[in-house]
Amino acid sequence: MKEKIISIIESYGRTSGRLMDILLSVQAEFRCVSEEAVSLIASELGVSEADVNQTKTFYHFFTTKPVGKYAVYMNNSVTSVMKGMYDVVDEFEKQAGIKFGQTTPDGLLSLNYTACIGMSDQEPAALINNVVFTELTRDKVRKIYSDMRDGKPVEAMFNEFGDGNNANQLVKTMVKNNIRRRGNVTLGEYEVGKGLTKALSMSSQEVIDEIKNSNLRGRGGAGFPTGLKWQFCSKETGDKYVMCNADEGEPGTFKDRVLLTERAHMIFEGMAVAGYAIGAKEGVLYLRHEYKYLKAFMESVLAELRNKNILGNNILGKGFNFDIRVQFGAGAYVCGEESALIESSEGKRGEPRNRPPFPVQRGYNAKPTVINNVETFCSVVKIIENGSAWYRGMGTEESAGTKLLSISGDCKMPGVYEIEWGMTIADMLQMVGAEDVQAVQVAGPSGICLPPSQFNRKIAIEDLPTGGSMIVIGANRDLIKDVVLNFMEFFEDESCGSCVTCRSFNMILRKQVKKVVDGRGIKSDLDNMLAWGEIMRKTSRCGLGQTASNPVSTTIKNFLDLYNARVKDAEYQSDFDMHKAIEESCEVVGRPANIHE
Amino acid sequence: MSEKVKFTIDGKEYEGAKGQLLVDAAAENGVYIPVLCHWKDVIPAGSCRICTVKVNGRFVAACTTPVEDACVVENNTPELQDIRKAIVEMLFVEGNHFCPACEKSGDCDLQALGYRYQMMVPRFPYAFERRELDATSPKIFLEKNRCIFCKRCVRMIKNDKGQSYFAFKGRGKHLEISMDKKLAATMSDELAEKAMKVCPVGAILRKEVGFSTPIGQRKYDNVPIGSDIEKLHK
Repeated sequence: MKEKIISIIESYGRTSGRLMDILLSVQAEFRCVSEEAVSLIASELGVSEADVNQTKTFYHFFTTKPVGKYAVYMNNSVTSVMKGMYDVVDEFEKQAGIKFGQTTPDGLLSLNYTACIGMSDQEPAALINNVVFTELTRDKVRKIYSDMRDGKPVEAMFNEFGDGNNANQLVKTMVKNNIRRRGNVTLGEYEVGKGLTKALSMSSQEVIDEIKNSNLRGRGGAGFPTGLKWQFCSKETGDKYVMCNADEGEPGTFKDRVLLTERAHMIFEGMAVAGYAIGAKEGVLYLRHEYKYLKAFMESVLAELRNKNILGNNILGKGFNFDIRVQFGAGAYVCGEESALIESSEGKRGEPRNRPPFPVQRGYNAKPTVINNVETFCSVVKIIENGSAWYRGMGTEESAGTKLLSISGDCKMPGVYEIEWGMTIADMLQMVGAEDVQAVQVAGPSGICLPPSQFNRKIAIEDLPTGGSMIVIGANRDLIKDVVLNFMEFFEDESCGSCVTCRSFNMILRKQVKKVVDGRGIKSDLDNMLAWGEIMRKTSRCGLGQTASNPVSTTIKNFLDLYNARVKDAEYQSDFDMHKAIEESCEVVGRPANIHE
Repeated sequence: MSEKVKFTIDGKEYEGAKGQLLVDAAAENGVYIPVLCHWKDVIPAGSCRICTVKVNGRFVAACTTPVEDACVVENNTPELQDIRKAIVEMLFVEGNHFCPACEKSGDCDLQALGYRYQMMVPRFPYAFERRELDATSPKIFLEKNRCIFCKRCVRMIKNDKGQSYFAFKGRGKHLEISMDKKLAATMSDELAEKAMKVCPVGAILRKEVGFSTPIGQRKYDNVPIGSDIEKLHK
């Protein structure tokens, strides 16, 4: 073990800045990062064990005890549950004879839950040793389990592959693209290198001006003007970085998965354009661990681009040098926040940074850094190619261009749709074949839960801004139990815990929702939830804490009747359960827990 | 000499140095903004959020926000006072705090803020999470029940190689403070003393010494927290 770990550490230049990669490699090699491994890594890197552990224990996919030879991570997001996750869970548990959270005694199989893995259009889905299994059923689970018993490699458990590059030799996944509508920008026609060639014939300021004039705004959800971000960074001096945020973790989002699969060249080309514009030589693509199955493919695209001299030195003979590396995450939603993403890329806990300074001033490795979303970089390429006026001709006045939507849930055609900004929710529902809709969750859990009375609203930054996640919730769903509670469990798990308010309020709000679901809530609980959610919104450092109360607050606002039907009209309700409190001691002394009965 | 800037807090005009953190600039002017994680001249954590103020209408943490010329700061408004009280209450329900039995009683910033904000009964339900006590170091106890995750020890207690004695473990609701067992075994008395001193609560306590200052004569036994800063102004 020792030699292998040392060689891993060597391969990453023996620097704690690459701790994430070291831990990922150790976990992959030994199915865990044991205490001995931590001790060795700490001494080799010259840091304390506590320092290594603080990074290791932050991420979902690092474990102290070995995961099974087959490590199942079942997605427990809302859409997975909607599409029958509990049947799949039940079958896995029956077959393996263990519960979720456990490993079989022979070490063959471990069962764990994980947050949204970006497959909401083909749920229920799970990762088994980083290989994606979609549309799982009881039958499929039985087959998978028997294959495990036979010792089959995970890759050999299926032989039908998805469309497009999903069937590429280096990918070979069953994942489907589900591209339902192509627009003219990100999923339209694309010729490798055309955008960059044009960019390199312009001055870097002209490139920035073109992006500014296009009114392109960040596609991750925050909607910050891209050109302005680049302009800020271009004014800084010294080494700089371009980073691509491919950590799409907002439950219900999967459009970046499709771009990474079908538009990898375009993403890297867009990063190179940004590098030229701001004066950076290096780029980092931060890719979520859930998309590990794309690793070899992404690296082959990088190699191909280097061969074509679209990356590397003296690009296209214009004297511009730029290259990109892929950095993997290890399971943490908060790393989609740009400064947390930087921390993580530096081998640390993914805790969002305090601002100022902003990443454009002091980002990766303390150097000025531009971070944009996958879709933003793709849009950049087409804007340079066709001009800002062409781009502004699409969408609305304030929201130019097109947007990719990831639409999932109760509809006939879940998948990725490239639309022009400005479409109403009602039109969107018609487009995806959704009938009898109770609500649409716009922009994922951190967005808003929209009632039918507001379906005439527009998908646009000025009305309903979104990173693209749209979850359709049918009339037959129990909104509070199936959706709100699930979202609050998600935020409780994914808070980094650094801010007092986000760490505690998510737990408290989750418990309050559970109380309502269990029929123990009273009217004043609703007022409390709203008031406490407000405190979390006002006092939390990053977007996670500032929006984590939205599932509660937007549903209390828009679906008050559902809550009122579940809470008692009482002044006071004790949270104390005497029966439960004495249960353990009664068991010890061998008498029934029947006090006050 | 750095550039001077003028700003207002709750309508009164003050002067500070450009780039200075708001919490420090306010203190120099005799205005108390409560803190739990902040320690002057140490890289701010910005994690306890109790110093939340409004600057030009936006909620920010005063310990991470540099003072800008002509900025308008709200500090002692009913809204902000309630938020701060809520945060104190939250810390009390999140951990397991038993003031009467704690060696830090009277020197504890959290307890003192509870008095300052006149906390009676927390509005939030108690969590009653079970947490460990780590007594493996020969010099200190790490009483995790009382930790409020301010990161002062994480940021300030290091050896000469820059290695941390303390670090976070886990995340979110599973977050805990942890101690590097190997380093903690070699901790000096001076460092143990410093660790106990910087801890705003009773999470880090020295072994074999205690109650050297009797109850009744401690920092906050007779004057409320913040009065040292506010006195400057009078």
